[in-house]
Amino acid sequence: MPAPEPPFHVLMQFCHGDQNAFETLFRQHQREVYGWILRIVRDPAAAEDLTIEAFWRIYRARARFDPARGFAPWARRIATNAALDHLKAARRETELPDDLPSPSLPDPGITDGVRRETARAFRRLPPKLQIAATLALIEEQPYKEIAHALGISPGAVKLRVFRATHLLRKQLRRRGIEP
Amino acid sequence: MKEHERKRIEQLLKGSFPAIGAAVDTGLRHDLWPGMLKRLDEPPPPVPWFDWALLAAVGALLVFFPGAIPVLLYHL
Repeated sequence: MPAPEPPFHVLMQFCHGDQNAFETLFRQHQREVYGWILRIVRDPAAAEDLTIEAFWRIYRARARFDPARGFAPWARRIATNAALDHLKAARRETELPDDLPSPSLPDPGITDGVRRETARAFRRLPPKLQIAATLALIEEQPYKEIAHALGISPGAVKLRVFRATHLLRKQLRRRGIEP
Repeated sequence: MKEHERKRIEQLLKGSFPAIGAAVDTGLRHDLWPGMLKRLDEPPPPVPWFDWALLAAVGALLVFFPGAIPVLLYHL
């Protein structure tokens, strides 16, 4: 359940750099921000670090925050950018581990090998496409919500999801998997 | 791409990555505020050397080629 929007005076105090107001906002929204980031990066430890990183960016950008537009959507957009930066860095630096966690209810039609190759191919997609496809296809979030978090139009989200599935199909075929 | 291919890709993705969904609402096991406080207390990171080099290059450009000022202002 989303956290309730904080009182206006707390938002105003936060804008003026009040650390108590920031703590109130942090405690009220940390779960929601963490949950959103976890959906994108799918790694609890990284999601915790990125939650702190996102709130650090939020604190630094407080002067640009418009209290009339609501804290939660703004925080979510900053969190999405932090997660995107993480995916970009992870793509450059690390390889995907072989022992991916299994889905709780594995699809009997998909072998472990295919699952692993799909995951590998997916992780090699451009991070912007990965985020759109993760949120839309895996997490089944509404396009409007994804668009808001990414700062683009719902049409652009659909296009990214389409490009992600198209590229993924191409990569899977290259690996000998016929989707 | 045909509809059934798109559906299959979607199915493969769902089979490879379990949806985290609503479970994340209870996923955070501890308060992150102490970590946040630590982060707030950290000194700001130093400005990278290439930022200084870029600033120096722009400064030199403006000194030696004042005609570039309107161009720079146009692009800002």
